[in-house]
Amino acid sequence: MTQLNLQRVGLRYGDAAALIDASACFESGQLVALVGPNGAGKSTLLRVCAGLADPSDGIVCLDDAPIGSLKFAARARRISYLPPDGRSAWALKVHTIVALGRVPHLKPLRRLSARDEAANKEALDRAGVSHLSDRRFDTLSSGERARVLIARSLSTQSDVLLLDEPTAALDPKHQLAVMEILKSEADRGRLVIVAAHALELVARYADRVVVLQNGVIREDGPPATSLSEAVVRVVFGVTASGGVAPTRLELL
Amino acid sequence: MTHWKLNAGLALGLVGFIALALFAGDTRLEVDHFLGALSGDESLGPLVMRELRMPRVLLGVLVGAGLGASGAVLQGFFRNPLADPGVVGVSASAGLGAVVALYFGLSERFAFAVPVSAVFGAAIGVGLLLTLAGARASATTLILAGVAVGAVATALTGLLMNMAPNPWALSEIAYWLMGSLNDASWNEVRFASPLIVAGVALLFLTARGLDALSLGEETARSLGVEIGVLRILVIGGTAMAVGGGVAVSGAIGFVGLVVPHLLRPFVEHQPAALILPSALGGALLIVGADMATRLISGPGMPLYLGVLTALLGAPFFLWLVRATQRRAP
Repeated sequence: MTQLNLQRVGLRYGDAAALIDASACFESGQLVALVGPNGAGKSTLLRVCAGLADPSDGIVCLDDAPIGSLKFAARARRISYLPPDGRSAWALKVHTIVALGRVPHLKPLRRLSARDEAANKEALDRAGVSHLSDRRFDTLSSGERARVLIARSLSTQSDVLLLDEPTAALDPKHQLAVMEILKSEADRGRLVIVAAHALELVARYADRVVVLQNGVIREDGPPATSLSEAVVRVVFGVTASGGVAPTRLELL
Repeated sequence: MTHWKLNAGLALGLVGFIALALFAGDTRLEVDHFLGALSGDESLGPLVMRELRMPRVLLGVLVGAGLGASGAVLQGFFRNPLADPGVVGVSASAGLGAVVALYFGLSERFAFAVPVSAVFGAAIGVGLLLTLAGARASATTLILAGVAVGAVATALTGLLMNMAPNPWALSEIAYWLMGSLNDASWNEVRFASPLIVAGVALLFLTARGLDALSLGEETARSLGVEIGVLRILVIGGTAMAVGGGVAVSGAIGFVGLVVPHLLRPFVEHQPAALILPSALGGALLIVGADMATRLISGPGMPLYLGVLTALLGAPFFLWLVRATQRRAP
């Protein structure tokens, strides 16, 4: 059982506050969605949870240990993070990219063990990209790339998965496929926190929706309450009569 | 070992070039002379082999390996195929160090003045680079800071040449800057080898971090890579591997740019797998190019190694700029 606990976390960039007094406790088995307008603090919250940004106030704990106190590799084994820009500087093969998820597990100057290879294979399977294993990353479509990068974060076999807009710029089918992958990881007992803009998608898949506005957590609860008509009107400035309805699109 | 065929091929090619370079030249040498050189024969042939050819070829291997490995690591670290030791200002600051020693005539008083001063120059350049760029600098900031450091070093070098006390000092500086292995002796080998070997060893430690960096700095950090440590390894390794080389051979450009780029497709574009082949390829290129300069050079009209690599490398650089533009999505 893993807990990611934020206690009154704040983060300022100079004078601008990106995150103010955020408190929440996330537990394994949950698929948590972070929603909010651009600049609301979703990415900042994820980076703070990943230990990539140090909070100016408050503290983030992974099972009672402050994240800042963990060794880099130890933290990386427990928390995987997928940044929003899904690019690779080099034309690497898909299997090479997925194997990068094992970096926190590797001893210096050692090669991949059988255990690492098994983890990579499983990650490729779960993300549904086994057939792309020998392809070059730069020859893939954006939907395929998104899934390969998710496979990369799965291969770490971390307790916590943090993903910053993995569904951005994807067609409806790939959006559904990505959310299905994340849902099944949460069902396996991982804690999955995903930032997203597609509210209908979030309403269908997420167990819990955290709504951010101007760096403040406005709502934190099941989709039905977090994405109610009133909240959506105030936070996003759009109307959805009766609240956001879960998407009715289905994978064939 | 991954890509062992490529590495074995390059190593074989290097051994072949070394053999060619040892026996080719104005003084014709035979295998007997080589054996004589090893057994301490003091007649002319073995002497030329032992005191001229052997240190020169060995120095070429060292300098080339340092340049090739540095180029591969810098390109991986900056995630840019146009990066090379010149870009981070290491070559220029090492050059400035050497020119200071030549300008003040320190080399006449103290045999190792030029190389020692060059390594100091490289170290100061690297220190300045890290101060300018700050502790948490991104790759782009580092490149810009490196260009600035290089520009300052080049300007100061120009100033010293401008104020040179006499034409001889000026020509000495100018020839030195062109880069060559003409002055190679066992002293140079003894001085440069520990630096270059240590530098290349540091560069090899960056391998895994470079792979992780392929997906960007945030991903690398999230995978537990300590970017600060990686940066120190990259900068320190480059300063020693390139500074040590520039110290004894002058500025030899484009090797660190060309070699990793040519070899990258053979290692499936993986930055970590590129370091060893680039070191071997760099050594091969320098030994070959130096042999070519010796064979082309007429009496009294030496062709400088740095001039040759620049003549071959600059058009390649232009082609590379065009090609990366076309391939970009």
